[in-house]
Amino acid sequence: MVTTSIYLIPLLPLMAFAVNILFGKKVGKQASAISIASSLLSCLCALPLIVAVAGGRRFSGEWLWLNLGIDQLKFGYLIDPLAATLLFVVTIVGTLIQIYSTGYMHGDPRYSRFFAYVSLFMSAMLTLVIANNLVLFFIAWEIMGLCSYLLIGFWFEKDSAANAGLKAFLTTRIGDVCFLIGIFSLFAAIGTLEFAKFEGALKGNSHVLIPVAALLFLCGTIGKSAQFPLHVWLPDAMEGPTPVSALIHAATMVAAGVYLIARTYPVFIASPAIMPVVAIIGTITAFMAAFIALTATDIKRVLAYSTISQLGYMVTALGLGGFTAGTFHLMTHAYFKALLFLGAGSVIHGTGTQDIRNLGGIFGKMKSTAITFLIASLAIAGVPPLSGFWSKDEVLSSAFHSGNMLIYAILLLTAFMTSFYMFRLVFLTFFGKARDHQIHAHESPNSMTVPLWILAVGAALLGLPASPWLHNWFQTFLTAGHAGGEHEINRMVMASSIGVALGGILLAAVMYLWVPALAGIAGKLFRPLYWLSIHKFWIDEIYDVCLIRPFLQIGKILYKFDERAVDGCVNGTGWITLLGGKMHNWCDHYIVDGLVNFVGALTQFLSRVTRRLQTGLIQNYLLIIFLGVLILIYFEMRS
Amino acid sequence: MNSQYLSWIIFTPLAGALLILFIPRSLNYTIKWIATVTTLVVGLLTLKVCQLFDPTQAGFQLIEKCVWIPQFNVHYLLGIDGISLPMVVLTTLISILACVGSFGIKERQKEYYFLYLVLQTGMLGTFLALDLFLFYIFWELVLVPMYFLIGIWGGPRKEYAAIKFFLYTLAGSLFMLLGILALYFASTPHTFNLIELTHNSFAAGFQRIVFLALFLGFAIKVPIFPFHTWLPDAHVEAPTPISVILAGVLLKMGTYGFFRFSYPLFPEASRWFSPYLAVLAVVGIVYGGFVALAQTDFKKMVAYSSVSHMGFVLLGLAALNTNGFNGALLQMFNHGTITGGLFLLVGVLYDRAHSRDMLAFGGLGAVMPVYAGILIFFSLASLGLPGLSGFISEFLVLLGSYQFSLLWTVLAVVGIILAAAYLLIMIRKILLGKLNPKWSHLPEISLREILTLVPLMVLILIVGVYPRLILHYMTPTLSTLLQTMGGSAS
Repeated sequence: MVTTSIYLIPLLPLMAFAVNILFGKKVGKQASAISIASSLLSCLCALPLIVAVAGGRRFSGEWLWLNLGIDQLKFGYLIDPLAATLLFVVTIVGTLIQIYSTGYMHGDPRYSRFFAYVSLFMSAMLTLVIANNLVLFFIAWEIMGLCSYLLIGFWFEKDSAANAGLKAFLTTRIGDVCFLIGIFSLFAAIGTLEFAKFEGALKGNSHVLIPVAALLFLCGTIGKSAQFPLHVWLPDAMEGPTPVSALIHAATMVAAGVYLIARTYPVFIASPAIMPVVAIIGTITAFMAAFIALTATDIKRVLAYSTISQLGYMVTALGLGGFTAGTFHLMTHAYFKALLFLGAGSVIHGTGTQDIRNLGGIFGKMKSTAITFLIASLAIAGVPPLSGFWSKDEVLSSAFHSGNMLIYAILLLTAFMTSFYMFRLVFLTFFGKARDHQIHAHESPNSMTVPLWILAVGAALLGLPASPWLHNWFQTFLTAGHAGGEHEINRMVMASSIGVALGGILLAAVMYLWVPALAGIAGKLFRPLYWLSIHKFWIDEIYDVCLIRPFLQIGKILYKFDERAVDGCVNGTGWITLLGGKMHNWCDHYIVDGLVNFVGALTQFLSRVTRRLQTGLIQNYLLIIFLGVLILIYFEMRS
Repeated sequence: MNSQYLSWIIFTPLAGALLILFIPRSLNYTIKWIATVTTLVVGLLTLKVCQLFDPTQAGFQLIEKCVWIPQFNVHYLLGIDGISLPMVVLTTLISILACVGSFGIKERQKEYYFLYLVLQTGMLGTFLALDLFLFYIFWELVLVPMYFLIGIWGGPRKEYAAIKFFLYTLAGSLFMLLGILALYFASTPHTFNLIELTHNSFAAGFQRIVFLALFLGFAIKVPIFPFHTWLPDAHVEAPTPISVILAGVLLKMGTYGFFRFSYPLFPEASRWFSPYLAVLAVVGIVYGGFVALAQTDFKKMVAYSSVSHMGFVLLGLAALNTNGFNGALLQMFNHGTITGGLFLLVGVLYDRAHSRDMLAFGGLGAVMPVYAGILIFFSLASLGLPGLSGFISEFLVLLGSYQFSLLWTVLAVVGIILAAAYLLIMIRKILLGKLNPKWSHLPEISLREILTLVPLMVLILIVGVYPRLILHYMTPTLSTLLQTMGGSAS
């Protein structure tokens, strides 16, 4: 019974996808009901499992999928505390976002298509979460990538959306193929791909390919979780409908990269050389993205860079050995970032613009949206006792305890920037005076605001299970009782974290609420930094010049080579053969046939000569006979 | 000797072809249906053979043998095993679908369907013949109808393409014929019988020379870089159904040759040459991918993508292990279904717009949503999206080649990225973006066209989700082949 319900978790959304994609026209407006129902049922299947896992139970099962020579590839599920945590996030956030989408996507001509894609995504994400081995994980991983591609380009008539989808797929694909080779490497090194068997297989194993596999998994994460240097696709992915940005590009799919590291954590633990690389990539990403977010003016792009930055936090935490910290931040981030995106979607829905320079003063008109957005902003800024505070504090303390003070300092600075740019966004959007009087803001329908409120509750309270008030229940749960030294509270870390959070809010209030002129002055004062931020470190441009164009150019050059050289050889051979044929023909005509004709002509000539003798006159013949006799006599006489 | 199903499979199309000769030219409708029913009957016979086939057995099954030319010890010898069965199924299926896809052809239908059915006999015979002499005859038999099918019903440069195809392949076949004769004279007693030939062990030097001779014949057919340039021309000029046959079946005859003849007959030479095969494979994968990226002609792009994808077959062959072999054979099957489908889709668009220039389109997703969905489906299968069949075979090939060489695997993976690039850019150019108003009245894909694609989609999905269904027919034969070659099981 339990196992059936586990299989149902990903299968129900898959069925919803099948119905909506195949019978989209017939289903029409009911598409959302089908998708939401499937998602709710998955949620209902998952919740008892999560409770059971919290009670100490584990679920796993498998069946043979493929024979690999002498090895077998078995697919199945593994529900341990880590998977349960993700299950908790994905089913609930996913369902809420789909409910929200009914309002947001209302009236779209491809309504059923939208819900079909979202259901497929849910199915893939849930498969990924409960997968018991890397190949199944990879399959789900790729299908999520497909859904991301389809949904980013959902409004494909817009060139920008179509290009963004393409960019997202191709950029993540680079990480994906690395991940695939990583799977092969790990398989070659330890002979199994099942998560549950990793620790056993890695014990005492010092195969050279293990760190290689870890590094390649990291590449997968870099692609999927938009880490530096493959982060460029995520901001562009904001071309998709906002609920998609919330679900796929903030709460769940992009976190799958972090989940990959967490899931294969034993491999990383066994590769001490790779862990610092993980931490450094995460730190660079966290800082860089936050820095770009400072000057972004599109409400969704601010949030996109914020997502990249927060994902960097999680990766850093994992790289520093903070397994629970990274996973915990993943969970809280899913709630507050989904809430932020949905709030942004509500603003876009209510005002018709997403440029924060044109917004302002809509707090009174969109109260639910504004209040929930504010809660989420406080959470991400790290103001206690909201969820983000606890998880960010965990990350910071794992940096602090690891002794990497530079990383700790950078993360702290990033936290400051985070709270600054978030409140820049809040103040510019909701407070102050309305800057564009063409905009008539109105609150969104209940189908959108109710999910906002539910998520707000999560964003506010979800940190508590990991707080000392509840005896760090979450940490104990996640590490199945044997948590490391992450429990002790470091007052210094906590104080600094609160300090930068409030400092950032204060600075944002000064610059964007009380003395608006300051923003322009600051921009001029720090011109080089401002340029660096607004041009996003020129990374897109660098890729265009160094990668994309050369690749396309190589294609063109090779095509020319193919036409001229390779095919040239073929046609050349043909031409030479033809030439040879012609020469033969000439020889045949003039030499071989010429000889024949010559013989003929000679015969003719000779016959013409001899014909003259045949005159028919008897006197001539007698003369010739007489001459002949004379010659014979002459020869006879000589001898 | 108890069943003649294989002979029936081979000669039913020929009988259909002869029947068509007796139908008056004016009865186009009847001719069309005779051809379709013939291919369907072959389909039923193939199903019967699948049912009779015992997947757990490695050797040849349903063997038919009788003496044909006693003076030269030539036999009429047919048999089927785990390598040829998927190919026969593929040929039969593609033949049915391409036949239905041919309904759009309106000129000289009698000749067309006659040649079409003769072609089918040739292809099926190639995959079922176990006597090298017989094999060669079927192999060459394929060329003739193909030449006319391209040369008469093709595009603007059809004569050039047809002659190039014919002469190029013929040149390769001649080397193959020399190789076959060499084998005949080197064997004791002199024989063309494949089963008896495998019992002979040839000297290493002899193996290498004959391997090379056969290689030329097969390599041109696959086509392996740098013998591939006939392919884009032939594909672009051939009418849609013939492109489908060309990509779906004819290319497989080349790689099938490696599995059937080169590898079992010359195990030592195969091992010796395998690093070189791997190099050619990887060059083909990457080179084909790059050149496909540079195309603006939709059909030519798919043609070059074939070069890239067939490179994976060769890479799996070169890996000389179970995963590589499984992957290679499965990739042959999958490439047939996927690229066959893509060519059908190119045809659907060309029939409506009379253009294949990708830059001329844009935004068709809004006008032809069903077509768009199907095209995206096939493109995703082609770029190796997990859950669809292309992924499984590429996964197995790469896993096999990883055991063989890390370097080549890493380079081959570049081909996967390139595949995503050229296919998605194609989708971007044709389906997405602003609609070019010129195409705002293009009719949606018709039911007949959808019917030709749905079976392929179902197969792609089934193989992608549960590959064991088809792999368990292949694996025993391939494992045995590997053992006879002295390879390892893993």
